[in-house]
Amino acid sequence: MSDSPKPAQATPLNPRRRGIIIGASDGMGAALARKLAKEGFTLALLARRKDKLNELCAEINSSANETRALSYVHDVINYDEIPTLLNKIIADLGGLDLVVFMAGVNFPPGLTSYNFEGDRKMIEVNLIGAMAWLTPVSEMFQNAKAGQIVGISSVAGDRGRIGNPGYNTSKAALSTYLEALRNRLTRHGVNVLTVKPGFVKTEMLKAAQGATPFAVTPEKVADDIYKAMLKRKQLIYTASIWRWIMLLIQHIPSVIFRRMSF
Amino acid sequence: MQKTFTQLENFGHSLSAPAYLIKPASNEEIYSAFQLAKKMELTVTARGAGRSYNDAALTGGGIVLDMRGMNTITSWDKSTGLITAQPGTTLEQIWQKVEPDGWWPPVVSGTMKTTLGGCLSANIHGKNNFKMGPIGEHVVEFTAILPTGAQITCTPKKNADLFYSMISGLGMLGIFTSVTMQMKRIHSGLLTVDAFPVQNLHGQLSSLLDGAPNYDYIVGWMDCIASGKSLGRGQIHAARYLQEGEDPNPRETMQIKNQILPPRIFGVFPKSLLHYFMSPFMNNFGTWGINTAKYIVSLRKHTFRQSHAGFHFLLDYVPNWEFSYGRSGLIQYQSFIPKETAEAAWTEMLKLSHKYGLPSYLGVTKRHRPDKFLLTHAVDGFSLAMDFKVTDKNRMRLGAMLQEFDKIVLQAGGRFYFAKNSETSAETTKSFYGEETIAKFKKLKKRCDPNGLLESDLYRRIFGY
Repeated sequence: MSDSPKPAQATPLNPRRRGIIIGASDGMGAALARKLAKEGFTLALLARRKDKLNELCAEINSSANETRALSYVHDVINYDEIPTLLNKIIADLGGLDLVVFMAGVNFPPGLTSYNFEGDRKMIEVNLIGAMAWLTPVSEMFQNAKAGQIVGISSVAGDRGRIGNPGYNTSKAALSTYLEALRNRLTRHGVNVLTVKPGFVKTEMLKAAQGATPFAVTPEKVADDIYKAMLKRKQLIYTASIWRWIMLLIQHIPSVIFRRMSF
Repeated sequence: MQKTFTQLENFGHSLSAPAYLIKPASNEEIYSAFQLAKKMELTVTARGAGRSYNDAALTGGGIVLDMRGMNTITSWDKSTGLITAQPGTTLEQIWQKVEPDGWWPPVVSGTMKTTLGGCLSANIHGKNNFKMGPIGEHVVEFTAILPTGAQITCTPKKNADLFYSMISGLGMLGIFTSVTMQMKRIHSGLLTVDAFPVQNLHGQLSSLLDGAPNYDYIVGWMDCIASGKSLGRGQIHAARYLQEGEDPNPRETMQIKNQILPPRIFGVFPKSLLHYFMSPFMNNFGTWGINTAKYIVSLRKHTFRQSHAGFHFLLDYVPNWEFSYGRSGLIQYQSFIPKETAEAAWTEMLKLSHKYGLPSYLGVTKRHRPDKFLLTHAVDGFSLAMDFKVTDKNRMRLGAMLQEFDKIVLQAGGRFYFAKNSETSAETTKSFYGEETIAKFKKLKKRCDPNGLLESDLYRRIFGY
């Protein structure tokens, strides 16, 4: 944990919403952290890169003028340390209302080449990382009969395309996993929100080949997520036009789709 | 030992925090919970009935020991009035055990649902605090287990430092495992109660002051909405025990069936539904109406006999009454102020609450005297407990108002009570306990709990980190 003083105790007149963002150091994660902190959340921010994380925490805490962000260096593929870390974070925050799984990597293999190492890494981080975190979280929220889980999937999971089979698979599996959690947890008063961003102006976008239509800023994604959280929605696309685009794409017959270069 | 992750609330439903809940059944299980906490690097706090209005029985993300599993009355001697019970035993169990034999707990809270462990940790007082002191003064002996695993026995003579600090110690030094208390002899199941109105705050406080020596119990209701000349008006209920011979049939009146609060109104309407009908009145206008009507009714001065349970356990009349305060619940603000400065301080506070448009919907006054427990809340003066409804809209303003209240109370030499107040800051706490008391308490804590395992949200809030 960072050296910042502990966050203030929650009291009836100063209630605290408390959240964890896994994969918070930059891009959408950092934008969401800033947004939620501004809305009064106390946050545990997790990422691999210590410097970036500490910088972000310092920025959030100084602009809030109190401790609203605590940093924890963590790589989601260290699955075994997760349950202990989760307990520690909840004790540090004094409670838990929200968990956002944001960690994701992308290693496009190229249109004609193959890269198992990259594919494996994507599954390990994007999918198994999510399962490793959301398993203990779901169990806790189910027992507590409260809580909210936000999983960042992608429009890339809606169809398998020629460019990045491993990434498509990791996000398709993540979407299905989140759906299943939703079906389990809704009856226990827990909300599970799946977020499917299209193109977002982040580091990852630079790896995308070809045109990037309807690209939005990470701040826009953060705003959309926050709005959806408040309404306890199940699924959002951001930008929202992707819902209709993907509906269309999902209905392109395979006979055509397999001949397309996209 | 099973541990379940559970969302726990305060009494009043205005605060919640998750924790691993463990229900120990023996001293050994309490000790293994401490060992588990040490291994998991989590904090522990004991919880009885969860009747605190604040965060005394919560530790967010830690381990909460649900002590209600240890609730056996281990011995009762009806010739001496000495009772020994486990810490999860409720006052309800105790009075129902002792009253048919002609005894009554010397000090009880406004609800009978509280547990002995909780009562001792907060060192509760009753409507007879001016006469009988807090509950701790009637404890003959207790045993406790410390986080180190040590099992200790304390009496006012033996381990006296721990006796006077664990009682009132907010559960932060160790966990009570057995409590022996002296009950009070009674000669009837009834009390004689005088009810009379008081026109204003001055009348209210002087009635408490002058009335106390003549009675066994005294309590005031305050209409906190009334203003101007009627500021602080209300009604006093003063009661005394019946002497031997006053009750022609004490055996009968001391039967439990003649004490318990009826579950239905007029034998028909279930009281468990009553809170739904109270909720529409829980606003400034509705409470003004209720208070005014109540005051007018109280203008008739009268004397009547009432059962002990009926007189004491006012809060149990309407089951789940706290739900009538709505989704965000309620908080209670209780201040204890010396008799010389109380009137001026509360006049200022009542006026302030009117200025903010946030009057208390229920005010209760009592007469107190000091005691020698380490974290004492008592003064030679009075207390005023005020209930406030919490809403999403009023939180900020209510918080600001209570901060002003804190300053007024401190200036008047007052104190606070940690079964109740949920907003008191570490700074305020330091200023009324004094640094010396806190240092003394922390030193004892270091001795009993060297690894700092016992920590409630309340402890973190008022004693800082």
